[in-house]
Amino acid sequence: MSTAAVAAPPRKLRVATTSLAGCFGCHMSFLDIDERLLDLLEFVEFDRSPITDIKHCGPCDIGIIEGGVCNAENVHVLREFRANCKILIAMGACSVNGGLPAQRNNLDLRDILVAVYVTETGLARGTQIPNDPELPLPLNQVHPIHEIVTVDYFLPGCPPSGDAIWKFLTDLLAGHTPHLGHGLIHYD
Amino acid sequence: MPFALETAPHPETLKRVAIEPVSRVEGHGKVTLLLDDNNHVQQVRLHITEFRGFEKFIEGRPYWEVPVMVQRLCGICPVSHHLAASKAMDMIVGATLTPTAEKIRRLMHYGQMLQSHALHFFHLSSPDLLFGFDSPVAQRNIVGVIAAHPEIAKKGVFLRKYGQEIIRMTAGKRVHGTGSLPGGVNKSLTAEERATLQKDIYQMIAWSRDAVQLIKGLFAQNLDYYNSFGRFSAHSMGLVRADGAMDLYHGGLRARRADGSTLFDHFDYSRYWDVIAEDVKSWSYMKFPYLCPIGSSDTGWYRVGPLTRVTQCDFIPTPLADKERDEFMAFDNGSATGATLGYHWARMIEMLHAAEVIKDLLHDDDICGKDLMATGQRQERGVGVIEAPRGTLIHHYRVDENDQIVRANLIVSTTHNNQAMNEAIRVVAKQYLDGRELTEGLLNHIEVAIRCFDPCLSCATHALGKMPLEIELIDADGMTLDLLTRDAHGHCQRL
Ligand code: SF4
Repeated sequence: MSTAAVAAPPRKLRVATTSLAGCFGCHMSFLDIDERLLDLLEFVEFDRSPITDIKHCGPCDIGIIEGGVCNAENVHVLREFRANCKILIAMGACSVNGGLPAQRNNLDLRDILVAVYVTETGLARGTQIPNDPELPLPLNQVHPIHEIVTVDYFLPGCPPSGDAIWKFLTDLLAGHTPHLGHGLIHYD
Repeated sequence: MPFALETAPHPETLKRVAIEPVSRVEGHGKVTLLLDDNNHVQQVRLHITEFRGFEKFIEGRPYWEVPVMVQRLCGICPVSHHLAASKAMDMIVGATLTPTAEKIRRLMHYGQMLQSHALHFFHLSSPDLLFGFDSPVAQRNIVGVIAAHPEIAKKGVFLRKYGQEIIRMTAGKRVHGTGSLPGGVNKSLTAEERATLQKDIYQMIAWSRDAVQLIKGLFAQNLDYYNSFGRFSAHSMGLVRADGAMDLYHGGLRARRADGSTLFDHFDYSRYWDVIAEDVKSWSYMKFPYLCPIGSSDTGWYRVGPLTRVTQCDFIPTPLADKERDEFMAFDNGSATGATLGYHWARMIEMLHAAEVIKDLLHDDDICGKDLMATGQRQERGVGVIEAPRGTLIHHYRVDENDQIVRANLIVSTTHNNQAMNEAIRVVAKQYLDGRELTEGLLNHIEVAIRCFDPCLSCATHALGKMPLEIELIDADGMTLDLLTRDAHGHCQRL
């Protein structure tokens, strides 16, 4: 689909994106729209996102979430996005179902922490599990975002391809329900 | 107290300022500053704020899954993890790679170097360099660069695209591909793929040269500022080839002391634990590695990545990048080689080198070869080390007779730079923030220093504190999903 088919809106739509418990691969895939980024910028402007220095999400049309929820800070950021974004999109496997980070869900968190920070070989003497009010508390389980807030759209894939993200967004900008169809929907 | 500004004596009396999240970097981090009543900086820390536990949950997985699984540590340089794990698994299966397999992996790796360096320089850091560290937030991003300098921004977009296409053709997918396997690769290039890549490579080399000129020009125009910004001296470590050349895919470990003397050279990385140990600090989930022949984390911390690689190698084995290296080393009597902003210059020299290596590989018929896999005598332990875009990446596994992982240890590139990044932001805080009324632009100076290292904070591993705390997770319908409490002794309970 080309942007020519999309009439320029009277104002640019404001888009916020963030990575919670994700690997940034979904954001990389977003940038894999390559030079179409230049076209997209005719229609959207960015609010909080890893590519801008805006630290808090303000009122937005579209919020895109990469990653599930693994700690208290993720919960806070996710709620801020939901409160500010008219449309909230779960982008990628981690956001949709927890993804690979959720593999830790069948392990005991404290055991992992002790193994990584205290009993691992090659550590200096007397190391402890980090302990500081500045570190957000990890949750026992990694959660998909729909367990915490209402989600409007789910975009599967690890990550969804740049083409899938492009089709999804241009459909949305054109005012119809995104339809990816064969070849663009995949789960790996 | 080993490090100035690491820990203030009486934090409770001080004012806290946080930069949260650190932006235009990959991953999850924040910086806190503690200031006294006169705005004098008393404490500065870079905190890594997310817990993964990857090493633990890959235990029990079959070894052949690992190169694909571990990529999900980091979507910025998944190829680095894919290849470091594959190299470790080559040892597990006892294989020596076929020429085609090694060259396809190298092509994938240098393609990733090209895309990652382009992304970092153009998409993330160029706004600071082109507009100024305290330019308006609304402009200080890639969108602003596209508006003000479209020709520069487009080169960045196309360089990244080219690197991503190499990855797609060698690994099957641009992000989280599956091309590399224990003992080899599962595809080589077709003639058409090779021709497509050959067509554009000269343009990529030309644009990479332009990028080196751009950063070189910025240095020359702002000589004192660029040389002194966040400057500190440190030991350094990275891989070099047997003849001392830069090699980002394979080599032995070389470490130099801060004074330039050699600590060790061509050290066999499969015994990395003889030279590297890790410390843990209460306030960060990221560990603090150090060179154990020097001492503790207080004295043995070091710096890795482009600046180290370009200065530590004896030469770069491609002509254009090697010439640029000579200029970099000689510039202003060598002062750029120790400058924190020198990372950007070194990174662009590496991007040029990557483009040249890609050109050479594309002219080697082995990349279309059909002999893809090798096997050998099965081993119990494997260590794989490569130079990832951000620095030395170490993967270490033990596999039992059922082919399951029984132990994994990863030291990711950004972790090596943990203390170096903290050092850089403390210097910057002293240089530019101390005693002043803090503005957004001044705070961005701290982030500019962090961005020099191109940190990937999503790779780091992390933990759990001890303050009494209760977290309740409520779903969209108001139902309690998860309740976690932690008492003052640090005991956690799920209710
Ligand atoms: S879905 Fe995949 S690519 Fe996206 S954040 Fe998760 S692991 Fe990374």
